[in-house]
Amino acid sequence: MKKTKQLFAGLTLLASSQQGAQADYTLNLMEGITKVSNHIYDLHMLILWICVFIGIAVFGTMFYSIFHHRKSKGHKAAQFHENTTVEIIWTIIPTLILVAMAIPATKAVIELDDVQDSEMSIKVTGKQWYWDYQYLDNGIKFESHLDEASEKAHRLANGNPHSVPHYLLNVDKPLVVPVNKKIRFVFTAADVIHSWWVPELGWKKDANPGFINEAWTYVPKAGTYRGQCTELCGRDHGFMPIVVIAMEQPDYDAWVKKTLAKQQEAVDLSDLSREDLMSKGASMYLKNCVACHQINGSGITGTYPALTASLRVTGPIDPLIGFIQAGTSRMPAFSKLKDDELAALITYIRNAPELGNSVGDEIQPKAITPVYDD
Amino acid sequence: MSAVVAEHDDHHDDHDHGPAKGILRWIITTNHKDIGTLYLLFALAMFFVGGSMAMIIRAELFEPGMQFVDPQFFNSMTTMHALVMVFGAVMPAFVGLANWMIPMMIGAPDMALPRMNNMSFWLLVAGVLMLASTLFMEGGAPAGGWTLYPPLVLQTGKAFPFAVFSVHLLGISSIMGAINIIATILNMRAPAMTLMKMPLFVWTWLITGFLLIAIMPVFAGAVTMLLTDKFFHTSFFDAAGGGDPVLYQHIFWFFGHPEVYVMILPTFGVASTIIPVFARKPLFGYSSMVYATASIAFLSFIVWAHHMFTVGMPLAGELYFMYATMLIAIPTGVKVFNWTATMWKGSMTFETPMLFSIAFVVLFTLGGFTGLMMSIAPVDFQYHDTYFIVAHFHYTLVPASVFILMAAGYYWLPKWTGHMYNEKIGQLHFWLSTVSVNILFFPQHFLGLAGMPRRIPDYAIQFADWNMISSIGGFIFGASQLLFLYIVIDTIRGGTGEKVTDEVWEDAHKHGLEWTLPSPVPYHTFTTPPAVIPTEHI
Amino acid sequence: MSTNDAYYIPHKATWPIVGTSGLMIMLAGVANFLNGSPIGTTMIYVGLLMFIVMLGGWFALQSVESETGMYNHGVGISYRMGMMWFIFSEIMFFAVFFGTLWYTRNLSVPWLGGEGAKAATQQILWPAFEATWPTNGPGKVGGEFEPMGAWGLPFLNTLILLTSGVTCTWAHHGLLAKKRDQLIKGLLATVGLGFLFVAFQAIEYHEAYTEMGLTLGSGIYGSTFFMLTGFHGFHVCVGAIILSVVLFRSWKGHFQPENHFAFEAAAWYWHFVDVVWLGLFIFVYLM
Ligand code: HEA
Ligand code: HEA
Ligand code: HEC
Ligand code: CUA
Ligand SMILES: [Cu+2]
Repeated sequence: MKKTKQLFAGLTLLASSQQGAQADYTLNLMEGITKVSNHIYDLHMLILWICVFIGIAVFGTMFYSIFHHRKSKGHKAAQFHENTTVEIIWTIIPTLILVAMAIPATKAVIELDDVQDSEMSIKVTGKQWYWDYQYLDNGIKFESHLDEASEKAHRLANGNPHSVPHYLLNVDKPLVVPVNKKIRFVFTAADVIHSWWVPELGWKKDANPGFINEAWTYVPKAGTYRGQCTELCGRDHGFMPIVVIAMEQPDYDAWVKKTLAKQQEAVDLSDLSREDLMSKGASMYLKNCVACHQINGSGITGTYPALTASLRVTGPIDPLIGFIQAGTSRMPAFSKLKDDELAALITYIRNAPELGNSVGDEIQPKAITPVYDD
Repeated sequence: MSAVVAEHDDHHDDHDHGPAKGILRWIITTNHKDIGTLYLLFALAMFFVGGSMAMIIRAELFEPGMQFVDPQFFNSMTTMHALVMVFGAVMPAFVGLANWMIPMMIGAPDMALPRMNNMSFWLLVAGVLMLASTLFMEGGAPAGGWTLYPPLVLQTGKAFPFAVFSVHLLGISSIMGAINIIATILNMRAPAMTLMKMPLFVWTWLITGFLLIAIMPVFAGAVTMLLTDKFFHTSFFDAAGGGDPVLYQHIFWFFGHPEVYVMILPTFGVASTIIPVFARKPLFGYSSMVYATASIAFLSFIVWAHHMFTVGMPLAGELYFMYATMLIAIPTGVKVFNWTATMWKGSMTFETPMLFSIAFVVLFTLGGFTGLMMSIAPVDFQYHDTYFIVAHFHYTLVPASVFILMAAGYYWLPKWTGHMYNEKIGQLHFWLSTVSVNILFFPQHFLGLAGMPRRIPDYAIQFADWNMISSIGGFIFGASQLLFLYIVIDTIRGGTGEKVTDEVWEDAHKHGLEWTLPSPVPYHTFTTPPAVIPTEHI
Repeated sequence: MSTNDAYYIPHKATWPIVGTSGLMIMLAGVANFLNGSPIGTTMIYVGLLMFIVMLGGWFALQSVESETGMYNHGVGISYRMGMMWFIFSEIMFFAVFFGTLWYTRNLSVPWLGGEGAKAATQQILWPAFEATWPTNGPGKVGGEFEPMGAWGLPFLNTLILLTSGVTCTWAHHGLLAKKRDQLIKGLLATVGLGFLFVAFQAIEYHEAYTEMGLTLGSGIYGSTFFMLTGFHGFHVCVGAIILSVVLFRSWKGHFQPENHFAFEAAAWYWHFVDVVWLGLFIFVYLM
């Protein structure tokens, strides 16, 4: 025990000396930034200390006896084997300790449960493998995927996670919320169970398909807060992070205005250069397709077909558009892709050297005919 | 086959039967010692299989970035590691100990239902084989975690129905084994062996047997509903049809929580058997140990949803399950205090079994403390599904259950084989294991608190250092277990060459009937019940 | 209480490995069948055959041993305990499905309908859904259906099973009073009623599928209805088969008033099946 403690002290030093860039790391639970998270932190510390004290008492007694009551020191064994008084004492004392813990814990549970009087609501839908956010009060709606740099770093054999800022904890479109407002979240899922967790807010909540769970937060301080999906949801469960940006009210209002305006813009159907098509296509591919068909288009034998040299990919365009928009029983439908996005995506999968395809054509947004509507 | 059958007549007779010859001996045996050996060896093999999967997990988590395996395969490894360890290693190992020791501890000639005993073992093998076969199937082995939550688990490929049926086989095996153990304990005791004279290992197994019979059918029912949801259009776990995916979790944990006590109660029993021998004192508080065990078993049925604090239960449910779970600390505390009091003013020596037992008391309590922390619902909102939980349950499983299994191995091997193990290597194994298991699992507390979710194949850079340390600890721990393998083989083949006495450990005859028998134990023991019962603990 | 002097311990057992292999092959066959693999059916037949041979062989062995007096009192107690705990495990198995029925009726369906803290579930996801029972859920899974009434065949079946419980006990009295004639008649009646029950249930299922639109796929009502009654019906079949074996042995002159474990086991099992049906009748059909 002593040895292990020394060892840990050593290891701790070792570890702390190595931490440079990502220094916001602690050995203990994060205190978080909300009131609730602080209450939880206090509870955590309370119980931790109680356990430490009980541990010292019990292990202390035990090690005292291990050192002194040993045969090699000539200690003769006593033969007592019962004592009702001490047994009652050591039943009652822990009971009282537990009661003492239960009181603040009960308060915290009740506090967390209360979603009344919220000032805005956000619907969060977990999907394999990204988050879908919908602001119920103003109609803003977007998907939040793992950012491209992390995506590439973890999928490519020669990717280097250390070079990616906030590796696996960064998204393309973060959730933006105002500070000092009681925000209600409603959670659900489209396919399997996911769980939404931002440690600094102090809680996680499961997103169950077919049901709504509610939770709330009140962010007192502007900043960027990161978290992850915490319910195993399949292959890419480790790759669906959460980023929440809390803004002062004016900044938030400006963001809402800008986002709404962009959301209402009609799809730009003007022609794009080949470079634009390919780069936009690549990012669409990374966002939507890579989880199954893989970064090099190889798919997974027996589960997901390869796109490399697939006749469907390199063949006629209209059926391909229809296929991607409609999906199958095993592949999700991608009717959500806009015409320009789809054009870029298709150009990309037909021509990307990474995928090993080179049909040599370009598909412009205008060429996308509505084959399938949702 | 007929040749062997001809060797015996099928009638009952009292003279000593030797075992059948060759491999067939093991396939058709009804002898509790043979079956115990089969269970123990099978469990040891599965410990290495499950451990190898853990090594794959730790290798992938050694550094950030994906190095060795596909994420889907990683999830399969997590799932299979847990299933193999729980159903293939730890549970069978305790059934093996029960088979070997219970008849000898209570003065019975064999198990109550010897033919069924044989079938329990082979069904276990069948179940594990079927589970293992899923590794080679289209779509890969189950990858939804050992909890098999729908709807995710319904996305499993061809492996799905095989996994379900393997659970059925394992369930039937466990139920048969448990029925046998209960019938043996209740019906086969020597005349003087009253219930309150039984060694605690026997007591804990009596209660564990009850747990098993109560919960294995529940798990079987749950996976049956998964099967019909997937293949027969039922809607048990589908909201569109009026069902609820969370319902599965309730059923699973109604099974799953008692299940973890199935792995810890016999552990307590073995510890309560070993510690007094090396403290040279009777066990402190024998009857309170019995009552504490029973209370833990009772409580285990009414606390299941502490695994589900974040699923969105109503407030009252949240509070109830929090309070109920906290209560378990009381009877468990009684046990810890009693072990301490047993050592107090003893005359202790520290042979390998005792060393492992002491490490068990300390490290299990650590795992218990984190369990208590997680039982506080609001705080579990932070801990849930992070490495903090992984640390918690490995502390209660590896340096608790597995360590005690090692202790039991060292403690009884001389009795089983008649040879003494090599104490030096045993102690080396102990120190390597104890140090490395802490390097392996202690840092996982830090990882969890800092925000690393469990069941992920890759992680953010700030988790890199502790993961690397944990992996290194894991490799050392894994490699150390090769020493145990060596010791077991070496002891079977002659060990130190020293002739062990019947008693093996000083004054052990005061603590259990098995030490009144010759070492190695003859093939049949207690064909006539013993007259005198050791009464140290009364 | 000691019972282990001259406790019978067989020295080898060949049936367990046969049975285990049979069961494994059969289950692997079912799995293959579900996966659409053609070898599935063959494996099911082979496995089932092995399993049946095992049952026949093992039971024959036990009955020979029993009749030749190899089991003393202690062995009998072990067997009784074994059977009691086996029935307990069966009770837990049924408890899962009763629990499921309770949970869905009292929790998940009302939640989907917006009750309690889950108002948002209905508002946001299932605005058109109203919680009622029976239901096939907000997705109207499986389409329109008619729920199963209690007072037709199900009630008749209740009477049949209750009567069969009585005839079974009557047979037991016959056995105890050494009235072999009464024993055989009672068993005949019990087995007959058992199979009659199964036949009526088959008719009920047929009606449900063909006329009422009620199937396993009819949402949660169909799921719970068929799983509960289906597993029960399966247990009635098994019980009736065991009783048939007991009947056959009685007819061959087996069993003594002081030694008839097989009869007792079969009777316990039958009463257990009976009680489960009462639970079903109340919770599935009546409420
Ligand atoms: C052998 C296995 C074992 C054992 C013994 C335990 C013991 C306990 N466990 Fe653990 N647990 C698991 C195996 C085990 N657990 C596993 C495998 C999981 C994860 C499953 C999964 O998700 O995959 C899990 C998960 C788990 C959770 C869910 C966490 C989550 O997912 O969010 C919780 C929450 O309450 C919990 C609580 C407890 C408690 C309160 C005990 C108590 O029994 C502990 C009691 C012991 C003590 C408290 C120490 C000794 C007592 C004293 C010295 C007395 C004085 C003490 C005080 C008054 C403080 N466990
Ligand atoms: C009794 C149960 C038991 C046991 C004994 C263990 C033992 C170990 N476990 Fe296990 N584990 C679980 C039960 C158990 N575990 C459960 C229930 C889960 C949850 C699963 C889920 O989330 O669904 C889990 C999950 C789990 C995880 C989390 C995975 C994830 O969330 O993705 C990790 C990661 O470190 C881990 C590691 C280990 C290690 C290193 C050991 C070691 O103790 C193993 C040591 C043994 C050996 C290593 C074998 C012996 C040696 C050799 C084979 C020689 C070769 C050696 C080398 C090459 C070094 N386990
Ligand atoms: C969740 C997994 C998944 C995702 C995400 C996915 N696919 Fe697929 N894809 C599949 C599966 C499975 C098939 C096989 C479909 C079938 O046979 O039913 C498939 C088939 C295809 C095919 C036909 C291949 C052939 O040779 O038959 C094309 C083309 C394709 N996908 C393109 C895409 C594109 C483009 C995207 C992204 C916008 C995408 N897929 C996203 C799983 C996926
Ligand atoms: Cu989504 Cu894990
Ligand atoms: Cu638990």
